[in-house]
Amino acid sequence: MKKKQDSNVVLSRSLRDAENHYCAGCGHGIIHRLICEVIDEFGIRDKVIGIAPVGCAVIAYDYWNFDVAEAAHGRTPAVATGIKRMRPENIVFTYQGDGDLAAIGTSEIIHTANRGENITVIFVNNGVYGMTGGQMAPTTLAGQKTNTTMLGRSLRRDGYPLKVLEMLAVLPGARYLERVSVHSAHETLRAKRAIAKAFKMQIDGKGFAMVEVLSMCPTYWGMAPIQAADRIKNEVTTFYPLGVVKSC
Amino acid sequence: MTRKLLMCGNEACGEGAILAGCTFYAGYPITPQNELTAYMSKRMYETGGVFIQAESELAAINMVFGASCAGKRAMTSSSSPGISLKQEGISYLAGCELPCVIVNIQRGGPGLGNIAPAQSDYFQAVKGGGHGDYKTIVLAPASVQELLDYTILAFDLADKYRNPAIVLGDGLLGQMMEPLQVKRTENRVQSTEKPWALTGCKGRKPNIIRSLLLGEGVLEEHNKKLQAKYRLIKDTETRVETVNIKDSEIILVAYGSVARIARAAMEIARADGLNVGLIRPITLWPFPDKAIADACAVAKNVLVAEMSAGQMVEDVRLAVGDKAKVEFYGRMGGGIHTEEEIFERIKVL
Repeated sequence: MKKKQDSNVVLSRSLRDAENHYCAGCGHGIIHRLICEVIDEFGIRDKVIGIAPVGCAVIAYDYWNFDVAEAAHGRTPAVATGIKRMRPENIVFTYQGDGDLAAIGTSEIIHTANRGENITVIFVNNGVYGMTGGQMAPTTLAGQKTNTTMLGRSLRRDGYPLKVLEMLAVLPGARYLERVSVHSAHETLRAKRAIAKAFKMQIDGKGFAMVEVLSMCPTYWGMAPIQAADRIKNEVTTFYPLGVVKSC
Repeated sequence: MTRKLLMCGNEACGEGAILAGCTFYAGYPITPQNELTAYMSKRMYETGGVFIQAESELAAINMVFGASCAGKRAMTSSSSPGISLKQEGISYLAGCELPCVIVNIQRGGPGLGNIAPAQSDYFQAVKGGGHGDYKTIVLAPASVQELLDYTILAFDLADKYRNPAIVLGDGLLGQMMEPLQVKRTENRVQSTEKPWALTGCKGRKPNIIRSLLLGEGVLEEHNKKLQAKYRLIKDTETRVETVNIKDSEIILVAYGSVARIARAAMEIARADGLNVGLIRPITLWPFPDKAIADACAVAKNVLVAEMSAGQMVEDVRLAVGDKAKVEFYGRMGGGIHTEEEIFERIKVL
């Protein structure tokens, strides 16, 4: 069902005019839009091939107006590798959540970065498995209550939150790594600049680029959208600092 | 004009892939198929294709998924434990209707097993193997020559039906060397139109490759479509070799390496005055059940020989029904039949 278009909203060409399924206050919609705006600004829509993950963004192709493949959980960078190696003239990006990239797909992201594949990775870190009901993710903060950490994440029992960018930074194949957030208008604009840089790296053939986007999950954080945005600013960024982790 | 070569089966399989126009290979080391991976690394370099030694079997099959999405002919290979790891990817390939070729040079199992030849992955290959209702086309070569020929055929069938195809060999076939002929095949590669491939949406609507179908009834419709395709493949692509079956009271059924040993046993038996014939399934899926049922119009005894505890024999029993008696003789865990052993079993039927 199409909603009547608000005359103030200008749709990006790469973004379909569709009602999305995301919860109120979720960051995915914003991040989808940033990617689509960047693609339009570079004029590469007809060259882009996106890879959708398993997780909340699995049906991203219902919102993106370009070629998309859907990968098995965590195998997203391997699928991107196959596509990019066969079609180096295309612009290939993966869109992955923290379960997809930092748990089941840890091996794939490390080795794809280590091979220096000339692809762009957008990593959405909201600290929970959203699609399956709010379970603990590798990135869940210490003490954070989730569906599988009733009393909060225990470092002794559950291990430490994983900082993927810092982990990848030691790999010569990883060329550009930046962490951004979409919790405020200011940070959202910075996020867009980082995403644009990550695509530009690929366009220029400079190799593996990844942007981690801290994102809100009000539903499984048990918060109102405003509170969730404040939590990123006050809590999440103290453990996952914003900024460029590596650029070369 | 033909070229004559002396190669091991693993290398012949790789050369078949190159002749078929395969431009992408991803693999991971495992014995007894390592010559194939090494051969592909060399030939992809020479032919301008892409070779990736993947970090895992999971990555390898998903790289093949990506290359197939891009519309290119792609292959991966492994041996039994590695093929188990690829099953997730094979299910996705089947669900997304993506063509590719997967080579399994089988070894003994279960678990890590050993590195000797076996045929104990038959169920996994012909019944689906991963989750969900799907079929893969399964070809069973019985010589080094056929490893080349059937690899080419596997690419053609995979593209024709947009379906993964498996070449099911074993450690014996992979490792042994035999002379083979390569026919001059300029322009042999059939250019299959792939309007569904991901190439960038220039001048057309975006293409989506997916297996998640959430709408009510949509997945059931998709499954019906897949099943209709599988019926078409069964009607069109079933392949079988039959020897001396018109007047034989005893029929041997065997595939791959064991079919060659069974053929030798048949010769011994016929020299001994026994009326014995052989049925060798070339496609294990689709299974040649009609050829087997037809042979049972005359034959009263069927002996199935496999390097397994008895897997294909179940499909033979389904095909035979109550028309004849079906006996089984299997070797397991790397054991290989001798023709004399099979002949002894024929004599007591």
